[in-house]
Amino acid sequence: MSDLLASDLITPDAGESPLLNQGSVSILKAAPIARLSFRAREASLKAAGSVFGAALPTTPLACETAVKRAALWMGPDEWTLLAPEEDLKEVFEGIEAKLGDEPHALVDISERSEAVIVSGEKAVWLLNTGIFIDFSLDAFPVGTVTRTIFHKSPVMVWRTGSDTFVVEAWVSFMDYVAGLLVQSAQELEAA
Amino acid sequence: MLLIYCPYCQVERAETEFHCGGEAHIARPADPSKASDEDWVEFLYMRTNTKGIAAERWRHNNGCGRFFNAVRDTVSDKFLKFYKAGEPMPDLEAIAKEAGK
Amino acid sequence: MSQPFRTEKGGRIDRAEQLSFTFDGEEMHGHKGDTLASALLANGVHLVGRSFKYHRPRGIISAGSEEPNALVGVYRHGDQTPNLRATQVELYQGLEAISQNRFPSLGFDIGAVNDSLSRFFPAGFYYKTFMWPKSFWDRVYEPIIRAAAGLGKPPKNPDQDSYGNIYAHCDVLIVGSGPTGLAAALAAAETGAKVILCDEQAEFGGTLLSETSASIDGKEPADWVTETIAKLSAMDNVTLLTRTTAYGYFAHNFIALAERVTEHVSKPDPKLPRERLWQVRAKEVVIAAGSIERPMVFPENDRPGILLAEAGRTYLNRYGVKVGHKVLVATACDTAWQAAFDLADHGVEVAAIADMREAPPENLVSIANARGIRVESGCVVTGTLGRKRVKAALLGRLMTSGQVASAGQIECDALLMSGGWTPTVSLYSQSRGKVVWDAEKGAYVPGKSVQNERSAGAAKGLYGLQASLEDGYAAGEEAAKAATGKSAKVTYAASTGGDAGSGGTLGAIPHDRNASTVKAFVDYQNDVTAKDVKLAVREGMQSIEHIKRYTTTGMATDQGRLSNMNALQIASGALQRPMTEVGLTTFRQPYTPTTFGLFAGVARGDFFDPVRKTPSHEWVVKNGGVFEDVGQWKRTWYFPKNGEDMHAAVARECKTVRDSVGLFDASTLGKIEVVGPDAAEFLERMYTNPWKKLAPGRCRYGLLLNDAGYITDDGVIGRLADDRFHVTTTTGGAPSVFSTMEDYLQTEWPDLDVWITSTTEQYAVAAVQGPKAREVIAPFIEGIDLSADAFPHMSVKEGTFCGVPCRLFRISFTGELGFEINVPRRHGKMMWETLAKEIEKYDGTTYGTESMHVLRAEKGYIIVGQDTDGTVTPQDAGMTWAIGKKKLDFVGKRGLERPDMIADNRKQFVGLLTKDPKVKLEEGAQITAAGNPATGTPAEGHVTSSYYSPALDRNIALAVVKNGHALEGKTLYVPMPDGSIPVEVTGTVFYDKEGARINV
Ligand SMILES: [Zn+2]
Repeated sequence: MSDLLASDLITPDAGESPLLNQGSVSILKAAPIARLSFRAREASLKAAGSVFGAALPTTPLACETAVKRAALWMGPDEWTLLAPEEDLKEVFEGIEAKLGDEPHALVDISERSEAVIVSGEKAVWLLNTGIFIDFSLDAFPVGTVTRTIFHKSPVMVWRTGSDTFVVEAWVSFMDYVAGLLVQSAQELEAA
Repeated sequence: MLLIYCPYCQVERAETEFHCGGEAHIARPADPSKASDEDWVEFLYMRTNTKGIAAERWRHNNGCGRFFNAVRDTVSDKFLKFYKAGEPMPDLEAIAKEAGK
Repeated sequence: MSQPFRTEKGGRIDRAEQLSFTFDGEEMHGHKGDTLASALLANGVHLVGRSFKYHRPRGIISAGSEEPNALVGVYRHGDQTPNLRATQVELYQGLEAISQNRFPSLGFDIGAVNDSLSRFFPAGFYYKTFMWPKSFWDRVYEPIIRAAAGLGKPPKNPDQDSYGNIYAHCDVLIVGSGPTGLAAALAAAETGAKVILCDEQAEFGGTLLSETSASIDGKEPADWVTETIAKLSAMDNVTLLTRTTAYGYFAHNFIALAERVTEHVSKPDPKLPRERLWQVRAKEVVIAAGSIERPMVFPENDRPGILLAEAGRTYLNRYGVKVGHKVLVATACDTAWQAAFDLADHGVEVAAIADMREAPPENLVSIANARGIRVESGCVVTGTLGRKRVKAALLGRLMTSGQVASAGQIECDALLMSGGWTPTVSLYSQSRGKVVWDAEKGAYVPGKSVQNERSAGAAKGLYGLQASLEDGYAAGEEAAKAATGKSAKVTYAASTGGDAGSGGTLGAIPHDRNASTVKAFVDYQNDVTAKDVKLAVREGMQSIEHIKRYTTTGMATDQGRLSNMNALQIASGALQRPMTEVGLTTFRQPYTPTTFGLFAGVARGDFFDPVRKTPSHEWVVKNGGVFEDVGQWKRTWYFPKNGEDMHAAVARECKTVRDSVGLFDASTLGKIEVVGPDAAEFLERMYTNPWKKLAPGRCRYGLLLNDAGYITDDGVIGRLADDRFHVTTTTGGAPSVFSTMEDYLQTEWPDLDVWITSTTEQYAVAAVQGPKAREVIAPFIEGIDLSADAFPHMSVKEGTFCGVPCRLFRISFTGELGFEINVPRRHGKMMWETLAKEIEKYDGTTYGTESMHVLRAEKGYIIVGQDTDGTVTPQDAGMTWAIGKKKLDFVGKRGLERPDMIADNRKQFVGLLTKDPKVKLEEGAQITAAGNPATGTPAEGHVTSSYYSPALDRNIALAVVKNGHALEGKTLYVPMPDGSIPVEVTGTVFYDKEGARINV
C-alpha cells in the first residue's frame, strides 16, 4: 500500500469490517479525516499552500500531497484540503492567520462526506458499473481527482493508485453508493 | 447522452454531469431600475430558440461547478465550441460557415 | 426422441448432448446449440403462433432477430417472458415455451374467425370502426381490442432477476461479426486500438457459420471464425461480446448494447445479472450488421412452412435441420439457388426452383440440372394451399404482356422464398444518417456519415464473401486510424466461393388470382397485406409515414426490416410516383425489443433512488415514528404513542409543544455558508431583506425571489462574523438555491469577493420548541448565555453542546420560544438521544413534519412550494415587511414593479375559517364567490393549507384568493361534490396574534 498516494492520510477505518472483500476487489470504509473547502483567487494560493504544507494545484483534476496533507483541485477557485482529524484546528487557524484580510473562504466540511476505498484489479470495472468515466490510466492517471455522478448520487473519485480509488459521497448518500457498489460486485463471486 | 467538454476541467464528460442553462449571453441589466418594462420582460422571458447554431449556457454541476458556454447545432446536437463564462460571444456565422452549414 | 427433420450429420449442434424442452406443454427434444426455432423445426413443428389481427396460423419464417411470427413466451422463475423470438431463444435443458395470440389453443383458435371476416378489418380499421361515441373507447372498444389482439401477455410477478450496467469507452466498436465485422475487428485490433466487437447471436461468425460452400485462407469458414476469435480473445485491447445487441445509436457516438448474460442458461447463477446494459462511448463505430432477405409478396405467403431461403439454408447447415422433406424454392435472385443445392446435397427433395427471372444465370441452371432439380424460369408462386402447414403451391407463368398464366400446382411441405436482400441500415439511420437510393443495387444504402461511423460490407449493400472481407479490413483500419491515429499492417485473408449473385424483386408478385379476395402479406406480424397498402393510398395517404400509421405496416417488432421495401414499392405503384419520392420511414431505437429490466438496471427497490436519512433515523425507527418522503429524504411524519392514529398523535404533539416542549429533527434543511469580504453585499443582492446592518450574532428571516419577482425560497440567515453567514434554505430548495447563487456569483457578479459552500450535511440540527425549551437545552450548552436579554429571539452564537462545538440559533417556526442546535453531523445521534431523554422531564414530545406544518399554519407562516406556487409575490403573501425598502436592487426587485405584479385582482394569501369549525377543507379545493356558481365560473382562488388546529380546537386553512386582503370578514364558498362549504376570510395568523409567546 505504500506506493499509494496519501497512504498516511487515507486509511481504512480500524473499527469497521470491510464492506466487501473478495479476490479481485475490496471496499473499505475510510477513517474520518479533516476536510476543508478553500476558495480563493490565484494571488492567495501560494500563501495558503505554504502554511497548509502542500501546494494548491492549478492543473485541473490534479492533487498535491505532502506528509499528512493533500490538496485536491475541485474547480478553478476551489480546493479540498485534507489533513488528519486532530490537525483540523491548526490547519484552519493557520490559514486564516496567514491570509488575514486577503479575500478567501475557508469552511469546515469534514463531516459532510464519508469515503470508501475501492481497490483491486476489478476496481475500475466496479466503478464503471455506475460512473461514465474512462478510467484507463492514460485518460485518468494516478492522482486524478474529480467530482462526478455514480448512478444517481454525486460522488468524488480520487485515484490514489493504479488499482485504488477513494470514493467520497455526502454522508446521506453513502448507503446508496456503498450499497450499490457491494451489490454490483456480487457477480464477481459467480462461479 | 451528449459528450460535453468542460473548459475548466479540460475534459470531456457525459451529459449526466452537466445541466443546460438555456440561451447564453443574456446579461442582467446593470441597473435594473433603469430598464423599461419591455426591456425587463425581454430579459426575463424572450429567447431566440434557434434552430441551428446557438450559444447556450451549461453548468458542470456534478464536476467543477462552473458555468460555461457552448456553441451547439441544435439540429445535429454537434458542439462546435466551448468557452469560459465571461468570454465574448463568438462569431456564430463564422462558426457555422466553418462547420459547413 | 425422434427429431424427424434432423439431418444425419453436419451443423454446429452438439449431437452428443440431447436436451428436452416443452412447447405448449408438449415435450420434445433438441440439442445443445439449437435455438428454440431450430429445435421445433427438427421436430417438424412449423406452426408456432397466430397472427395479430386475423389469428392466421403462422410459422417460423427467419433464423434471426427480425423474426415476425415465432414470438413465444418462455418461463423463468415460474413466470413467462412474452414476445421472445424463438429464433433467438437458445435451447437449454427443461426450457418451457408457450405460443401466443391463440385461444384456446394453437390448433383451434376462436379469433381465427377474424380471418373469414377480414373484409371488415381493412387498413385503418381501428380508426374507422371505433370512432364514435367517444365515451365507448374506455369501456367498450378498448377492452375488446385488447382481449382480441395484443402480442403475448405481460408477466404477473415482480421480476426476480437482477440487471447489470456498465459504462465503457473504446476506440472502435464493431457491430456484427460476419466476415465484414471479423475482418474489421482484426484490422482495428492489430493497431492496438481498444476494440469492442459485439454480435446479437450466441456465436460469432454470422453468415459464415452456415456457409459450407466457400473457404477462407483455405479453411472452412467456420474454422476461420474459430481461429479469428481465438486470436482476438488473446488480445488485451479487445472485448468480445456475444448475445449482445447494439440496439440504440444515440448522439455523440453513444451506443447502447443489450447483453443477455444468463438468458440461455437452464439454472442461472443468481449472482449473475440476467442482462447487462452496456453504455458505450466509441470514438469510431463500424456497422457490419449485414443484410436481411426479403420475403416475396405472393398470395398466401404466410402459411407455416414458408420460410426465407437463407433461413432454410441456415437451419440446414448451422443447425442440422431440414425445413421439409419436399421443398419448393421460389426466388427472384441467385442466392436462393444455393439453398436448393445444399438441401439436395443433404438428400432433401427439391420440388422445383421457381425463378421469376426470364433467364436465371446459366451456371446456376446447369448446377441444378446436374442435381436433377426441376427449374422453372419466368415463374412465380401465385398462391399456396394447406391450413396449418403448406402442402402445395400454385405456380404462374409471367407473360410478356405482364399478365400471369396458371402453370399448375406443385406439392411441397416447405417453401423457401427470396425476393433479394435489404442492407440493414437501422443503426446508421439511428445515428441520424440519411439513406440514399442505389438504383443499381435496388436498395437504400447508407449515405454520408453524420457521426463517427462507417457501414461496411452487406450493411452498405456490398455483397460477396471476398468483397465483404476486404471492406471489413479497410473499415477496421480506417476506424482505428481515425480514433487513434495509429495503423498497422494487416494481411487480408483470401476466400473462394460465397459469390455475390444477382437479382431481386420489390413489391407484390403478379398473380392470376382474384385480387379482392386473396391475401398477400407485406407485414406478417401486423397482418398488413398488399391490398391494405393500396387501400391506404386510395383513401388519401400520400406519405409513407401516413401509410405506415394507417396500415401499421413496419410497426412490428422488426420495425419493418422485412416489410418496408415491399410496402414502399407497392405504395409507389399505387401513388404512381417513383419510390424515392414516397420516402422511407425512419428506423428508431431499439433495434430489437428490449426489456424494461435492462432500462431500469439497478434502479429498483431499495436502490431506486438514494434514500437519505438523518442522524435521528435509527432512534425514530426504534421508537415507532412514521416517516414520509420529502424528496430523497426520509423525514419523521409523526410519532404515534399507545396506538394513536395520525390525527391523535399530531394533536397531542402540537398541544405538547405549546404547553411544554417539543423536539424536532431539522437536519434536512439546506445550509449554505457564505464567506468572504463581500458576503453581506452578496446577500443584500440575493435576498429581499437588508443584511449589511445585521450585527454578528444576530439572525434574520430571508426571502428569496427570482428576477421575475416570485417567491422561490426562504430561510433564516445568521451572521457569524463580518464576513461569514450561515444561510438556511428549505429542504427541497437546497440544491436549486445553491445553484442559483452560484449562477449570479459566477456570471453576473464575478467581481464579488465571496464564496458559498454547502454545509447541509456538515451539521445535524435539532429544533427544541416550546415554553420549556430553554430549560431543556440549558444543561448541555456551554459558552452561551441563554438568558432572554443576552440571547434574544433571532440570535446565533457558537458554543458547545455536551462538549462538542455547536452553532446555536434562537429561532422559531412554531411561534413558541425556540432553539435550533447545529452540531457536527457525527454527533447528531448523541444530540438527539440526549434531548429526547431530557424532554421527558418536562413531559415533552418529539414531533414530526405534520405537527411542524400545523404549528406554523396556526401562526400563518408560509411554506414555500405549498402556500406558494411560483406565482406568488411578497405583496401577494402579505410579506412586504421582508423587503428592504431602501435597497436599490435585489433579485426580483425590478420584476415586482412590472404592471402585472402590482395590478388589481392578484391572488393574495389569506386565512379561511369554515363556518362550521368541524369541517376541514381539502387542500387544493377551489374557492368561489357564489355558493352555487354556474358551470364554468372561474375560481377566485384555492386552498393551500388545511389542518385541524389543536390550539384553537377547530379547523383552519390558508388560501390564495383574488384581492383576498380586502375580503377579510367576507364569506366565500368552497364547492365540493357534497355541497358548497361556506368560509370566512380572515387574517393569516390564527394563534398568539401579538407574538408574545416567542419573546420569553
Ligand atoms: Zn468542469
